[in-house]
Amino acid sequence: MAQDIQPRIRIPSQIRMGEVIEVKTLVTHEMESGQRRDSNGALVPRRIINRLTCSYNGRPVFEAALEPAVSANPYIAFFLRATESGTLDFAWTDDDGTVYRAKQSIKVG
Amino acid sequence: MDRRSIILGAGVAASLLALLPKAARATPQAAADLLGKLVKGTPQPGRIRLLAPDIADNGAAVPLTVAVESPMTDADHVTAIHVVADGNPSPGVISVRLGPHNGKAEVSLRIRLAASEKVIAVAEMKDGSLWIASRDVAVTVGGCGAN
Repeated sequence: MAQDIQPRIRIPSQIRMGEVIEVKTLVTHEMESGQRRDSNGALVPRRIINRLTCSYNGRPVFEAALEPAVSANPYIAFFLRATESGTLDFAWTDDDGTVYRAKQSIKVG
Repeated sequence: MDRRSIILGAGVAASLLALLPKAARATPQAAADLLGKLVKGTPQPGRIRLLAPDIADNGAAVPLTVAVESPMTDADHVTAIHVVADGNPSPGVISVRLGPHNGKAEVSLRIRLAASEKVIAVAEMKDGSLWIASRDVAVTVGGCGAN
């Protein structure tokens, strides 16, 4: 399953100093709710991304605690004040403990 | 067993049956209880805009935007936004932590709604004040895959 996990990040291509930008994130994940039954009628165990964090040059800037009510392939967008060039680090935590990471460089002109 | 008790018994059985499907659902009470755990205090209505379709064809992915009116300065900003839904198998949806570095207190995501229900958002501010807003979303096909 793990090799199917595909994080995607989108930020504007041109960013001015101090601009408030929208950061769009998506990770491919089925977000198995734990409510669904398989063809034999057995409950499929819950397995979701339960946490998303973002840090900006090492400083935490966003944190989300997700419940099974977040759709499959969770898309989460938030805003950020662009104060310096550098790196955005994203981490998605799976119920099984796996952490999927992605980096996005940010260039402030 | 006389006729009256038979009718009474049937009535009780019917009302119990009517209750059964709801046992698997969150209720407005469960949603309120969860909010009571997430935040301390009584939120007042206002300052939050909840954007979602009035009618969602597909409950598996309902677009939702929560925007809180705030200058997002060091002194005055949103510290957290919590979203719950009162008709899902469990009421929690998402909780996010924000700060002045976000510049704008707005979060967008796609959520699952099992049925036509109320989506509720509560914002926590730096000064400790709490704000609440809700929105009814009608769902054509539920999105929790319970079947």
